[in-house]
Amino acid sequence: METSPLAPEILFFIGPVGIDRAVVTTWVIMLLLLALSAVAMRHGRARAGALQSAFEILVDSISKQIEEVMRRDPWPFMPLLGTLFIFLAVANMAAIIPGGKPPTSHLETPAALAVIVFFSVHYYGIKTKGLRRYLRHYLEPNPFMLPLTVLSELTRIFSLMVRLFGNMMSHEFIIAIILFLAGLFLPIPFLLLGILVGLIQAYIFTILAAVYIGAAVGSIEA
Amino acid sequence: MTIEMISIIGAALAVSFGSLAPAFAEGRAIAAAMEAIARQPEAAGTVSRTLFVGLAMIETMAIYCLVIALLLLYANPFIN
Repeated sequence: METSPLAPEILFFIGPVGIDRAVVTTWVIMLLLLALSAVAMRHGRARAGALQSAFEILVDSISKQIEEVMRRDPWPFMPLLGTLFIFLAVANMAAIIPGGKPPTSHLETPAALAVIVFFSVHYYGIKTKGLRRYLRHYLEPNPFMLPLTVLSELTRIFSLMVRLFGNMMSHEFIIAIILFLAGLFLPIPFLLLGILVGLIQAYIFTILAAVYIGAAVGSIEA
Repeated sequence: MTIEMISIIGAALAVSFGSLAPAFAEGRAIAAAMEAIARQPEAAGTVSRTLFVGLAMIETMAIYCLVIALLLLYANPFIN
């Protein structure tokens, strides 16, 4: 409660660039995920061990969900969407570790992820349909809709960012307020709720990104 | 009334009224989904996935209001 949720919490400086707490948490999560996947998949075998099996189940179920949403082969998009989900799920649950703070509860991380989604939607659209056919779909029902289509393109990315940020940040706020009002043990059920909220937000972000990409490559309407 | 006081009242109003309509909307959406699942339990997967995405869309309205309230409280453009 002591600081504004919009202000970055600078930990140290590298040259003129201030390094935020969210950035450090993101680096730790990146290192953790890289190390885990290196350990699990370095010697990928047909008779998989426990860790490799766990990773395979995870990747397989993500790809199944995305296939059901996009109604086409999900593997061209799995490097983006699967990484997005795993990163978000871990990042949103960073608050479980004492002292950890979800990087998604500051505006910058969701903004960066939303920008990545924005560009990859167009990238995949142009890659699968070709530039002219992709651009033509903006004029599709009729050209008068062009300003609205462009506007919705921007607002949906904005809402993607604000949804993730708002959910994660407001959750932290609620816990702080309850701790302030009611004391030590009452926030515990809300902390449990936070795990659920974090996972659901990771799921929703990934599914919405999949829906936008699916609409751009023309496999579904959105 | 100073600008600070008006901002606080505005933030409270934004959150309270901004969460009212999405609450009704989410209730209706969940009720409809429950009914659909009760009639067709085999479609539960599709229904609940669509429900989650739809709830996220509805929830965005409430979160916009929350962001407005936070801007009023922490990054108010009218104070300095």
